Amino acid sequence: MDNLKPTPRKVIPITVMAGEQLQAASTTGEGESGSIYQAQKKIYPRSVTGFFSKWRWAMVFITQLVFYGLPWLEWGQRQAVLFDLEARRFYILGLVLYPQDFIYLSGILVISALGLFLFTAVAGRQWCGYACPQTVYTEIFLWLEKITEGDRSARLRLDASPMSVNKLTRKASKQFLWIALALWTGFTFVGYFTPIKELGVSFINASMGPWETFWVFFYGFATYGNAGYMREQVCKYMCPYARFQSAMFDKDTLIVTYDEARGEPRGSRSKKADPVALNLGSCIDCTLCVQVCPTGIDIRKGLQYECISCAACIDVCDTVMDKMNYPRGLIRYSTQNAVVQGWGKSQLLRRIFRPRVLVYTAILLAVTAALFISLALRSPFKVDVIRDRASLARIVSGGKIENVYRLQVMNATEATQQYRIAASGLPGLMLAPEGTFTVDATQARGVTVTLQLPYEAASPGSHEIHFEIESVNSPGRVIEKSVFLVPR
Amino acid sequence: MSDFTSNFWSVYVAGISLLGILGCLVLLWFSGKAKAMTANDNTTGHVWDGDLREMNNPLPRWWVWLFIITVIFALAYLALYPGLGTYAGKFGWSAIGQYETEVAKGNKEVEPLYARFNSMKPEDVAGDPQAMAIGERLFMNNCSQCHGSDARGSKGFPNLSDKDWLHGGTPDKIVETLVKGRIGNMPPMAAAVGSSDDVRNVAHYVLSLSGSPHDSVKASLGKSKFGACAACHGVDGKGNQAIGAPNLTDDIWLHGWGENSIVAIINNGKVNQMPAQEGKLTESQIHVLASYVWSLSNKPGAVALK
Repeated sequence: MDNLKPTPRKVIPITVMAGEQLQAASTTGEGESGSIYQAQKKIYPRSVTGFFSKWRWAMVFITQLVFYGLPWLEWGQRQAVLFDLEARRFYILGLVLYPQDFIYLSGILVISALGLFLFTAVAGRQWCGYACPQTVYTEIFLWLEKITEGDRSARLRLDASPMSVNKLTRKASKQFLWIALALWTGFTFVGYFTPIKELGVSFINASMGPWETFWVFFYGFATYGNAGYMREQVCKYMCPYARFQSAMFDKDTLIVTYDEARGEPRGSRSKKADPVALNLGSCIDCTLCVQVCPTGIDIRKGLQYECISCAACIDVCDTVMDKMNYPRGLIRYSTQNAVVQGWGKSQLLRRIFRPRVLVYTAILLAVTAALFISLALRSPFKVDVIRDRASLARIVSGGKIENVYRLQVMNATEATQQYRIAASGLPGLMLAPEGTFTVDATQARGVTVTLQLPYEAASPGSHEIHFEIESVNSPGRVIEKSVFLVPR
Repeated sequence: MSDFTSNFWSVYVAGISLLGILGCLVLLWFSGKAKAMTANDNTTGHVWDGDLREMNNPLPRWWVWLFIITVIFALAYLALYPGLGTYAGKFGWSAIGQYETEVAKGNKEVEPLYARFNSMKPEDVAGDPQAMAIGERLFMNNCSQCHGSDARGSKGFPNLSDKDWLHGGTPDKIVETLVKGRIGNMPPMAAAVGSSDDVRNVAHYVLSLSGSPHDSVKASLGKSKFGACAACHGVDGKGNQAIGAPNLTDDIWLHGWGENSIVAIINNGKVNQMPAQEGKLTESQIHVLASYVWSLSNKPGAVALK
């Protein structure tokens, strides 16, 4: 009982800042007593060009070519990728998937998640910075904003100016382009679920179904709102991935870093001046890295959760360094370890092969292989055997016991198929009526099957039997287990 | 809410719902007024365990609009749909109402499909593959529970795929059976037949009618007692479809084969019922379904497999 005696706890008092201290803080303007809600300042990201910007635009083109293009692709007589929710058939190129194939969707989701873990562990938030729809659409919407309203400074001026014909024209044309793109996006999204060509005709004739209309406009509105207005707010407050990624970061993860040792003390100077003589670092404090940041942070303060690793600051800083004739890379992709210990590129790359990365890679490869093998070995049809609910067993003339089964046969090919049924497991087990049957392309059919067993050929009770269903003119064989009941 | 004798619970539930929403609004208003104290290092100034400081991470202001939208949604929902006690809502929506609308809509949708069959004779409908596919589904959903998926019945539930009919197997008769249902009534006949030996002898005579294994001495003794049965089953035992009396000569035994089963039926009688489908199925559906049932015994190899 002695060990149950509570050990004395160390009590640490909560210390509250004293009144004068707080007052002092608020009078200096640094500390304040404000609303518990934060008003958001609109961010005007300056457009940027450079190596990483080119990559981001390449990703914009690749992802959007796939997204906007895929529904228009034909496969034989039908749309190549179509998720027909009403008929519950999912067509992906040559594949016809049933809801029963849900495991493949789970597989793809597991692969996506593991892929995200792997990329994040190695290279940080590359997904966020280059491929995430939020980033990609924001990039496109920003570009539309730029061609109508101009770049950062022009937009700042325009927003500050009073309403004029010029302002109205610019704003209206921006809205027109935004809404057109958003609607096209919503339309494309619905085109994955309903044949896009017919949808296009009914879109033009304004004769879409109520759900199609809802989703075209809802998805369009979400695109418009998120890419046009919410932007970095989505990453900061709504995206769960942005927050749980920190669990995948370690000190060898690639992040956007500011080389503080080299940059500080920052300060403006003439191009011709010698920074060493002026006791200055490489940072000329031009604040361009802050101006281009789509999430409005100052990367010079170090790694922050808002940073989506888009490298806009790297691109713009490199151009400044070039102008100043300083070496590039004051802001660069590096790792915490590399910056602290001054590693070179090869040392940094060697750290990629660390246990965490290898484990992620191994699991990712295993799951991917399992998915593809399972898809390759997939039977072109499925069978469910359900015992008839009406009667367990019945005795019929001719001294026979009958059991009735319903076979749900699902044809996962795009041709009418003929199947042959056989049953085994008990001596003298007979299929009545014997025969083959056909199932239309991509259709499921319930077939009633009666099995007969001579009286006293088996003891009373339940006996395991097997149905063997064979495709007559194409390969494929399914064996399903069931039971035959013999009454007492 | 007819389960309650007074409207107290209705008012109680409605009151709690509205108070809850009002509470949310008060909380929103209060939180909008509240001030958070932050020191110059963007913490609240609170320190726990020596070094654990509480950062000030304010919620974005636009987030408040999400709360306001939920409140507006809740009020609009409660005004339009049932939710406030017994108040039925402006739309007068109900689950039963929605079900009925959907059934009516579904029936309207399939109407043109059935229209083609309505003008056809049942014999022709039975030859139409589309009609038979519909008939099979109707049968699976409405008939197979008793008659089995293969329509071959079970003890007490007639086999529909043979030529033996209790109430007649013409399409008209099948429609009649479907619409009105049937009640087969075999009264207890032991008293009319005589002693228990007489009953046993009659049972053997009945077995002899279909050439089933029987004791010919008992059967010949039972023949004279069969008069009590002949009123319904006929002198020759071939039954009477007008009153649903089964044919006893065809070796089909709905309620069990053998001496003991027959004795039990004579002693105890039996009432067997086919429920009426009128009102559950539309006239067109019954037309197609009757044709399907007719086709089961009137086309060779028409059972399910093709």
